[in-house]
Amino acid sequence: MNRRTALKTAGAAVLASALPMRAAMAAEPIKIGTVAAKTGPLAGATAITHWPNIQLWVAEVNGRGGLKMKDGSRRVIQIIEYDDRTNPAETIKAVERLATQDKADFIIAAFGTAQSLAAAPVFAKHGYPQIAVSSITDKIPELTQRYPGIFFTLGATSALAGSVAEILSKMRAEGKIGNRIAMVNVADAFGIELAEAARPVFKKDGFEIVYDKSYPLGTQDLSPIVKGAKASNPDAFVAWSYPPDTMALTELAKIENLNVRAFYTGPGTAYPLYAQKFGRSIEGHLGSGGVNLDAPEMKAYRAAHQRVTGKAPDYWASAPTYASLQVLEQAIEAVGSTDRKAVIDHIKTATFSTVMGPWKFKNQAIDHYWTVGQWQSGEFPGVSSTGLPGARPTIVKSGW
Amino acid sequence: MEIVITGALLGATYSLIAMGLTLQYGVARIMNLANGEMVVAGAFAAFWVFSARQLSPFLAAAVVVPAAFALNWLVYRYVLRPLVRRARNRGMLEVDSILATFGMSFTLVGLMLLTFGGGYFTYSYLAEPFPIFGSPFGLNRVVACLVSVAVCGLLYWGLNGTRAGMAIRAVAVDPAAAELVAIDVSRVCAFAFALGGAVTAAAGIFLSTFLTMDASVGVVFTLKALIIVIMGGVGDVRGAIIAALILGLAETVVASLIDPGLTLAAAYLLFVLVLLFRPQGLFGTRQS
Repeated sequence: MNRRTALKTAGAAVLASALPMRAAMAAEPIKIGTVAAKTGPLAGATAITHWPNIQLWVAEVNGRGGLKMKDGSRRVIQIIEYDDRTNPAETIKAVERLATQDKADFIIAAFGTAQSLAAAPVFAKHGYPQIAVSSITDKIPELTQRYPGIFFTLGATSALAGSVAEILSKMRAEGKIGNRIAMVNVADAFGIELAEAARPVFKKDGFEIVYDKSYPLGTQDLSPIVKGAKASNPDAFVAWSYPPDTMALTELAKIENLNVRAFYTGPGTAYPLYAQKFGRSIEGHLGSGGVNLDAPEMKAYRAAHQRVTGKAPDYWASAPTYASLQVLEQAIEAVGSTDRKAVIDHIKTATFSTVMGPWKFKNQAIDHYWTVGQWQSGEFPGVSSTGLPGARPTIVKSGW
Repeated sequence: MEIVITGALLGATYSLIAMGLTLQYGVARIMNLANGEMVVAGAFAAFWVFSARQLSPFLAAAVVVPAAFALNWLVYRYVLRPLVRRARNRGMLEVDSILATFGMSFTLVGLMLLTFGGGYFTYSYLAEPFPIFGSPFGLNRVVACLVSVAVCGLLYWGLNGTRAGMAIRAVAVDPAAAELVAIDVSRVCAFAFALGGAVTAAAGIFLSTFLTMDASVGVVFTLKALIIVIMGGVGDVRGAIIAALILGLAETVVASLIDPGLTLAAAYLLFVLVLLFRPQGLFGTRQS
């Protein structure tokens, strides 16, 4: 079922037209493998966050002739893609295949926490660096100890949950909301982990969780949940949801006129299509993610993404995904060869200049990252982070 | 009361999903595992009409329904009829058609991935409160419910009130005997299969107003339809409707009164109970 497709759109086309043939012949292309969902539950998310950034990266790097090696030659990137059908077992197989059959020089980490972590032993076995962008977990210290080549960028679940509690506490202190939180979560890895991280933090901060329910993945009617949450008369609504549920919960909350002054939903909130779907009625909605829209490198990235892929990046993992590719690119160029061991060592120590600003891994993890964003006038800037500059002040949601 | 209405709305949605498969499995004897992909195709057409043309997504029906009918006719004519010809008995046809349509579902997912791209498609249409007995319900769900009632009513009348319907029912009961009374079984089967596909695609149009979909989400609908068709009894439109309503109500009652986390468990528990105590389905007849 795995389909192998060389990304000819960016790679070959740019190469053939923009470069003299001699230069193209001179150096072998550098083979970079990527495995992520093209079908299955995560396919919609990878189509926004994963694949367009690879397209953009290949276009940019190959556009300037490829990756610069020690001997001064340039090697263009050749991408080898596999679909893991959102199935971690398939991810493992595909990574193994990339390493042994395709002999990929580097492999881009898979999309999704479960997929990424499932493949981690294979990356480690073959000595590949793995910048696991979309993995969010509280097990970062253990995992980095076990796998010398793994790197994390989006942060820990407890920080994501903690930031929400922090924002709500601040709003309460300012008298904007009361004490009552209605919390729901999707009964799947990410949703469960976040709900479990959030529960004690909310309680510790003196909030009363007046409604606390989970729902199965792929539930087609969430109205009982929204009705139940509304009946509990909350001041804030927090949903650790997946993108399709984020859409459904928001729509139903609007229909039910769930009048809360703080409304938080999980992945999906930061997608441009969230705003396309709901227009102005989502003003003030909080969600996982956020970016610093004022940073010049972010502005340039967003413009380039729009230009090359024809669509806007999301306001959360898109930019870190691109930044992770920049880290790989800069590390390969600094080492000047495809020596994977040296590349890993370089990633561990160097500082990289990325679209997210300067990135330096500390114990193989980025410890400054965005945690909460908020829809404000049609954009989704970050309002809370672990020590990043540029957070905007939060606003209160007022009606629909 | 609120729970009952919510459950009925969900049940109606489910019956819309399952109606097509009832026709395809009940009459043409094709257990069509690529059924959900038709839902997705219909949904995408609606999404496209809405976002690219700024028109009502329901207008998509004018193109989608005939197109789905034609496509399913062709699929039956050229892909499935050889299986029907080859099959020595019903069991063999079922196994063959399950395998063939399972493969077909992958092909369709791949084709849709190529044409629609992998992203989510979602939009807001009729996402406004519609009060019933004082509590608000999504207008898009109410519309889907009304469409479902209309479709089920039409089908029921068509099957029980017309001559063609009688022929279809005859084939559903006994294809061999139907042939003896000069019914063109092969044509009736193709018609039923095509009609089932058209109904399923139409369901996709209405579901897309409140569900977020992507190219590969079809299997979710196939599974739901499968459960309902088997619960209702093979080939009986009434059975499928009742089963869908029961499922919708049960899920809503459990979600509202017990715990939303148990909705799936409740649905499958019902399914197991029906299989245990009425293996032929609620309205099915026992086979000798």
